[in-house]
Amino acid sequence: MSALRPVSGKYGYGHTSHSLVGFVRPPGYRRAVSEDGFNSGSENGAVLVKARGLSKRFGPLEAVRGIDLDVIRGEVFGLLGPNGAGKSSAMRMLACVSPRSAGSLHVLGMDPDVDGPAIRARIGVVPQLDNLDVDLSVRENLQIYGRYFGLSRARARQRAAELLRFAQLADRADSQVESLSGGMRRRLIVARSLVNDPELLLLDEPTTGLDPQARHQLWDRLYQLKQHGVTQLITTHYMDEAERLCDRLVVMDAGVIAAEGSPAALIKRYSTRDVLELRFASQVSRPTPTELAGFVERVEELPDRLLLYADDGEAALGALHRAGVRPRASLVRRSSLEDVFLRLTGRSLVE
Amino acid sequence: MSGHVRQARVRLPLPRIFPVGCYAGRARVLVLRSALGYRRSWPVLVSGFFEPVFYLFAMGQGLGRLVGDLPGPDGAPISYSAFIAPGLLAASAMNGAVLDSTYNVFFKLRYAKLYDAMLATPLGPTDIALGEIGWALLRGGLYSLGFLSVMGAFGLLGSPWALLALPSALLVGFAFAAVGMAATSFMRSWQDFDLIQLVIMPMFLFATTFFPLGVYPRSLQLVVESLPLFHAVELMRDLTTGVVHAGLLVHVGYFVVMAALGTIVAARRLRALLLC
Ligand SMILES: Nc1ncnc2c1ncn2[C@@H]1O[C@H](COP(=O)(O)OP(=O)(O)O)[C@@H](O)[C@H]1O
Ligand SMILES: [Mg+2]
Repeated sequence: MSALRPVSGKYGYGHTSHSLVGFVRPPGYRRAVSEDGFNSGSENGAVLVKARGLSKRFGPLEAVRGIDLDVIRGEVFGLLGPNGAGKSSAMRMLACVSPRSAGSLHVLGMDPDVDGPAIRARIGVVPQLDNLDVDLSVRENLQIYGRYFGLSRARARQRAAELLRFAQLADRADSQVESLSGGMRRRLIVARSLVNDPELLLLDEPTTGLDPQARHQLWDRLYQLKQHGVTQLITTHYMDEAERLCDRLVVMDAGVIAAEGSPAALIKRYSTRDVLELRFASQVSRPTPTELAGFVERVEELPDRLLLYADDGEAALGALHRAGVRPRASLVRRSSLEDVFLRLTGRSLVE
Repeated sequence: MSGHVRQARVRLPLPRIFPVGCYAGRARVLVLRSALGYRRSWPVLVSGFFEPVFYLFAMGQGLGRLVGDLPGPDGAPISYSAFIAPGLLAASAMNGAVLDSTYNVFFKLRYAKLYDAMLATPLGPTDIALGEIGWALLRGGLYSLGFLSVMGAFGLLGSPWALLALPSALLVGFAFAAVGMAATSFMRSWQDFDLIQLVIMPMFLFATTFFPLGVYPRSLQLVVESLPLFHAVELMRDLTTGVVHAGLLVHVGYFVVMAALGTIVAARRLRALLLC
């Protein structure tokens, strides 16, 4: 069991930027990611999560409606979707704390219905809602959590010290968790999820509610984990987070998967290179989509602006100007996953 | 991986009562967690010790002067203090267990989401139920030990059989904690806890803690005799006065059944609430 594997001294931390006790696999360990960051080799293609027709019903409500997922060792996989899409419901099934209503599911090659505890022993979970132990200090939170996984007292203490450093919380080790900022609490939860040296990390909206600086700090930690080959499955409703972190993702809406691919591939497939955003002084001066159809590939109408999709946004703007279109403000930007979502569902990700 | 082997091994003890995967055999880590958590709120712990001691002095010494002696379990007269002390011992075992397994468990279950965090590990609902009950038991046991010491110091222990009052108090605590936790799993809001007070308070006052069963008409005696605290009080009183007879096993059996049912219901309810 990797959680109990003693970590030898030669994998010391803090001396080089990439070594971190517990995250560096010993030489004999099946490596997830080759040096250039791509999956390769026989073990590296291992499918850690395989779901087919996975469904979750709460009474009459079908929160997850038959999704297929394949998460491959070493990758960061995203579930991108708005609130209520069924992301947390799906995550809870993968984390073996919510029995599936239909479909098949294998996590680390095992069925959660049969081997829940054995799976949970080898994965890490960052829940959407804070559930730190408010009766305990920061350090005790990590130590006791390690004990839940069966770590010895000495090993739990050692692991807590390593993780405090990783989460940049060493100077707050003896604080009560109530006194931590939102970002610190979140980093502590991520650290806690690593206490058993998991092969797969499930993160449910890891940065929701954090300020920009705290989000960047957390992303930095997650990126470091990725560098060490920890497979991650992240749900988010932030397209920037998905674009930044995920190798591959699925766009989820109303319990179903609308599209799947890498961020770049999804943008390429479902959007144009550029987006031209136009704002008009009044609804009267705003041209209709049919009037604009000849100039761009596609038009989306939002209440406060028009989104015009074209591979060359500047050229499209010039052409519109020559044709007498006079917006109050205009902006040319690259397409994002937000545009993919809009295209797929006709709605914005963040209402 | 060795993980499979470990799981398979530790899962064995309670295979039939609890579904597979509900028990990792680590309930004692939860007891450890509670002990750590309470280090910072030790005044709460200490006050629980003094409560029955204050009752003993106020009622036993104060009221006792007016009451005089009462007939003991075997009919021989004993002082009023010696009469109520075992009752208070039983009541404090009940109160300590119920407080920990109701209010505290409800907060952890509904607000702190602590059990959700635990279930993300190999721990199962049975570990949680046994661990929380175990802590309530340990806490109640310490109070009982303290109170028995006070009784000894004031010459209220009439027999060496009184030593058995300590394991008896633990069993009583276990039974009340288990049923308290099972009841808590059905609570929807803090208001529902008034129901628990509605059960505990009259039991404390009327289940022969402060006066003998003989004061009731026979019909009411039957009601009182069905109450768990009555069995606890009788058990303690017989042991501390040294009136030992086979009938004590009936009381013990009562609590064994109560503890087993409470634990099973608590673990099942936790499973239904948390693993949905
Ligand atoms: N335990 C539950 N009981 C009933 N309905 C639930 C439960 N959990 C989630 N839901 C419902 O399922 C739908 C999907 O919720 P959720 O999985 O939390 O979505 P997301 O995480 O994408 O915001 C929502 O309509 C939500 O209200
Ligand atoms: Mg969610």
